[in-house]
Amino acid sequence: MLNSRPTVRSTLKALLYIAPLLVISLAFTFWPLLEAFAMGFYRHYNFYLNQIGSLSLANFQFLWHDAAFQLALRNTLIFIIGVVPVSIGLALLLALSLHHARHFAKLLQTIYFLPLVTSSVAIAIVWRWLFSAEHGGLNGWLAIINRTPVDWLNDPRYSLLALIIVCIWHSLGLNIILLLASLQQIDRRYYLAAQLDGANSWQQFTNVTWPLLTPMILLVSINAVIVNLKVFDQVYALFNGSAGPANADLTLMYYLYQKFYVEDQPTIAAACGIVLFGITVGLTLGTLWVLRRHHYPQRGWSPS
Amino acid sequence: MGVTSSPLPATGVVPILTRCARFLRGALLLISALTMLLPFIWMVWASVQTPTYTATLTTPFSDWHWQNYLTAWQAAPFGRYYLNSIIVALATTTGQLVTSILAAFAFTHLRFYGRRILFNALLVTMMVPGELLLIPNFKTLSALHWVDHYAALIIPWTASVFMMFTLHQAFAAQPRTTYYAARLDGASDWQYLWRLLVPMNRTVITAVGILQLISTWNAFMWPLIMTNTDRLRTLPLGLLTFSSDIGTNYPLLMASTVLVIAPLIIIYLFVQKNLILGISQVKWHEKSH
Repeated sequence: MLNSRPTVRSTLKALLYIAPLLVISLAFTFWPLLEAFAMGFYRHYNFYLNQIGSLSLANFQFLWHDAAFQLALRNTLIFIIGVVPVSIGLALLLALSLHHARHFAKLLQTIYFLPLVTSSVAIAIVWRWLFSAEHGGLNGWLAIINRTPVDWLNDPRYSLLALIIVCIWHSLGLNIILLLASLQQIDRRYYLAAQLDGANSWQQFTNVTWPLLTPMILLVSINAVIVNLKVFDQVYALFNGSAGPANADLTLMYYLYQKFYVEDQPTIAAACGIVLFGITVGLTLGTLWVLRRHHYPQRGWSPS
Repeated sequence: MGVTSSPLPATGVVPILTRCARFLRGALLLISALTMLLPFIWMVWASVQTPTYTATLTTPFSDWHWQNYLTAWQAAPFGRYYLNSIIVALATTTGQLVTSILAAFAFTHLRFYGRRILFNALLVTMMVPGELLLIPNFKTLSALHWVDHYAALIIPWTASVFMMFTLHQAFAAQPRTTYYAARLDGASDWQYLWRLLVPMNRTVITAVGILQLISTWNAFMWPLIMTNTDRLRTLPLGLLTFSSDIGTNYPLLMASTVLVIAPLIIIYLFVQKNLILGISQVKWHEKSH
C-alpha cells in the first residue's frame, strides 16, 4: 500500500510490473547507447564478426577532415537557420490570430494540423511534383508573376531552399499547437487587470503576452532545432534516395545513413552519431540553463 | 476572447484600427489555411486525371478517373504494405501501452528500493536521439536474426519512456483516496490498475496511443534499414519504391499517396480534439523512428 516502507517483497512485486519496459529499454536503449559510444572509437572494425582492431580518435579525425562531413554540417546549419525562425515566427503569428479568432477557429485548427499526421514521405512526393520543372505548380505561379521558371530539385542553388520550404510547411502545425496551448494557459485576469489600467491591445501584448510566452517560445525553438538537426526522411523522399544535386541537400543524418548503410563504414557513422548527440545535449542543457537563470516557470514542458 | 472583448465596451463604433487589424488577421488565417490545404487538394485533384496527364493545373478538367485508385492498388503490392503497416502499428502501440501502464503504475503507486534511481535513469534516455542507437541496434537485431522479420519492426519499439513518463504524470495526479478505497474494499493492485486507474485515465491513454500510432505508421528510416524485402515493407517504404518504379505518372503516384495517408487523416478527423489536447499536454519528444 501507499506510504508503507519498501520491503524486499514489495520491491520484487514492483520489479515484476516494471520488468517488460526495463528489459526492452536495457536491450534496445541502454546497451546500444554504450555500444554506440564505444563504436565511435573503434579502428579496423569488422561489423559482422565483431572484431575490434584498436581504440583511437581516428574516426573523429576523419570527420574533422572529411569534406563531405563539413558540407553536411554546413547544409544542416543553413537548413536550420532557414527553417526554425520562419516556422516559429509564422507559428506565433498564426497562434495569436487563432487565439483571437471568433469564427471557424476549430476548422482552421483542423486544417493547420493536417500535415502533422501525414507521412513525410507522402508529403515529399507531393512536393516533388509541385517542384518539378516542366509541370510543377510552383513554376506555374512564377510564370504568372513573370519570373523565369526554376528547376527546384535539380539546381543545386535552389534544392536546399526546396527542402526548407517542405519542412516549414510540415512542421508549422506542431509549433502552432504548442504555442496556442501555452497562450490559452495565460490567466485571463492578467488581461482584465491590464485593461482596467487602460492598456491597449499592443501594450497588453508587450506587457502580458510576450513575457509570459517567452519561455515557451524558447522551448519550442530548441525543440525545432533538435528535430531539424535530424532531418532525413524528407531528403531521401524528395530526391528519391539521393542527397540532392551535387550533394546540395546532404544533411548530418543523411551522411550518417550513407556511411552506415551505403558505404559500410559503421564506425564513422557512429562517430557522426556521437557528434549529433553532443550537439543535442549541449542545446538542451543550454536551454535549461537559460530558463533557470531567468526563473521562468517551466509548466512541465521540457525540450528533448 | 481575451484581448479584444473588453469588459468595458467602447461606446459607439469599433475603432477603425481594430477593424483593420481584425481584417488582416482574418486574411492571414485564410491564406495560411489555403497554403496548408493546397498540396492535399492537388494530390486528390491530380489523382483522378487521365493516366496520360502531364500538364499543369491550368489544363481543362476532363473527367473523373476514379479507376486510377484501382490501377495503383494493383500496380504494386499495396495490400501487403497495408497489412504490414497495420500489424506493425497496432502491435507497437499495444505493446507500448501495456509496458508503459504497468511501469507507470509501479512508479506512482508502489513503494520499492531504488525507485527514484531507476526512474531518473529511464528519464535520462529521453535525451538520446534514436538515430545514435540505430547502428548498434542493427547489430543486435542481425545477431538475433530478426532483420527482415516483423520482430525487428515491433519489439525494439515496445518500450517508450516518453509514454511511461506521460502516464506517470497522469497517474500521479490521481487522488490517493480512490486507491485506498479500492484496497479497503478488497481489490488487489492488479484489479485496481485495470478496473479503475486505466478507465479513469482513458483520455490521456488514448491521446498517447494515437500519437504513437501516427509515428509508427509514418516511420521511415527504421524500416528502411531493418527490411530488405518487399514482403515486409510498410506503406511509406512501399510508396517510395512505387514512386521510383513509376516515374512521372503523376495521377497514379498521387492516387497511391492518397491511399497511404487516408487512414490516418480519417482517424485524425475523428479524434482530433483528443489528439490536440494530448499533444499540448504531452511533451513531444520521444526517440524518433
